[in-house]
Amino acid sequence: MDSLIRLLRQNSATPRAELARQLGVSEADLAAKIEKLEKDGVILGYQAVINREKWNPDAVTAVIEVRVTPEREGGFDRIANRIARFEEVEGVYLMSGGHDLLVVVEGRNLREVASFVADKLSTIDAVQSCATHFRLKTYKENGRAHAAEEAPERLAVTP
Amino acid sequence: MSRSRIADHVRTIPRSGIRDFFEIVQSMKEVISLGIGEPDFVTPWHIRESAIYSLEKGRTGYTSNLGAPRLRRAIAAYVESHFSVGYNPHDEVIVTVGVSEAIDLALRALLNPGDEVLYHEPCYVSYSPSILLAGGVPVAVATRAEDEFTLRAGDLEKAITPKTRVLMLNFPTNPTGAVMPQEELKKIAALAVKHDLVVLSDEIYSELTYDEVPHHSIAALPGMKERTVFLHGFSKAFAMTGWRIGYACGPADIIEAMMKIHQYSILCAPVMAQEAALEALERGQRSMERMREEYRLRRNLIVTSLNEAGIPCHLPKGAFYVFPDIRGIGMTSKDFALKLLEEKKVAVVPGTAFGPSGEGYVRCSYATALDQIKIAVERISDFVRK
Repeated sequence: MDSLIRLLRQNSATPRAELARQLGVSEADLAAKIEKLEKDGVILGYQAVINREKWNPDAVTAVIEVRVTPEREGGFDRIANRIARFEEVEGVYLMSGGHDLLVVVEGRNLREVASFVADKLSTIDAVQSCATHFRLKTYKENGRAHAAEEAPERLAVTP
Repeated sequence: MSRSRIADHVRTIPRSGIRDFFEIVQSMKEVISLGIGEPDFVTPWHIRESAIYSLEKGRTGYTSNLGAPRLRRAIAAYVESHFSVGYNPHDEVIVTVGVSEAIDLALRALLNPGDEVLYHEPCYVSYSPSILLAGGVPVAVATRAEDEFTLRAGDLEKAITPKTRVLMLNFPTNPTGAVMPQEELKKIAALAVKHDLVVLSDEIYSELTYDEVPHHSIAALPGMKERTVFLHGFSKAFAMTGWRIGYACGPADIIEAMMKIHQYSILCAPVMAQEAALEALERGQRSMERMREEYRLRRNLIVTSLNEAGIPCHLPKGAFYVFPDIRGIGMTSKDFALKLLEEKKVAVVPGTAFGPSGEGYVRCSYATALDQIKIAVERISDFVRK
């Protein structure tokens, strides 16, 4: 199962027939396994890894460190879920250390992100403070390096 | 009458069959090569990074002839934990320029002219020439397809004579991927004891066994440590072929004799490669496992695809080679490889490059990117269909 997950994480668009051959299982067995992973909520979805600088150079990503006042009942969960529902929010994580929530926000431009932070996020009652950091350049994402490493030369036949 | 200026014992050694083939491949464009006996992975970054760091620190001098003491200690600990045989890093371990050098040292240290050396075949290309260069007499024992090219003790015993001094083993095997079953290995160990043979055990592929098939070192069997030279290195498991770094562990008298030759011909293995090797042993397990998993998936794909194409191919348990049976095609191994190269631009190595008993087989390496393997196998299927 670990091999399957690893292969799908590497490239979920690999044809199923090929995955089955690599794993040494039948296509029917593979389909059943994947279906179970999806049904159990282990696999939540399949996405493309995008080089944003090529796709939309104006797009902005911000990582926001948020300090919040936890609630008597529910702790951080209710407030985290509330933040997660916003469309601009790509990720929300509860963190150890100097802040509580780490919120990743994507916008088509700087204004979109600024407006989200000013109007939506920082105005939530439980939010005490926000420290917003903007991404300047991406080197690697989801395990994919953005600049292709040049393949070193290899001899064609070696013992 | 002019005499050849090249010494007879060198002149008479044939060039490697792989070398000839390499030159033909080299002259062609856009060939997909399954002929490569080295990992397609670049050395894991943390290993490269540690070598760079050591250069920055200015570690550029000689090390002890036997190799840096810290590396020798790490090797002894690694061999103890992975192969269950303990060596004293002080005088039972030598760091060499690849296993190739270690084999050469061991043969030169052990052989008197005319001594016979047994090895199983198909096998790595250097065994027979190395034996000849050391003044020995190579004696090949053919292994059988029906045994998945493992060595039968019975076949081995028939080849033993009063002149036999050394037995060379290489499991997992290049080019067949064979892994010895423990029971047969015990019988072979018993023969080595009975006939007082020294065993050179080249275990360079030992990390690369698949599907939980265990690797057993003959050195760990009772009575074998004192007559075995355990040879290993970093090239295959840690994708470090170009670093040229290997090692031998064995009885102190043999290591001492090997060291004598090594100190005069090599002095010591390159210090930066030794630094990199240390990092590989201390923190390389994770990257090794990742590469091994990738090889396993490729092996499954290539074996399934070749069998579907009507080329019988057993599922090898180790190394990164498959050794499909092309006897049904009606061509010699060499013709098959040449025609496949000419017509479909896929390079495989004729089985005969690994000894006459490789006739009827070709070696395909799956240490090549998966998409290349896929195209290559499709082309091979087309070729065979025609």
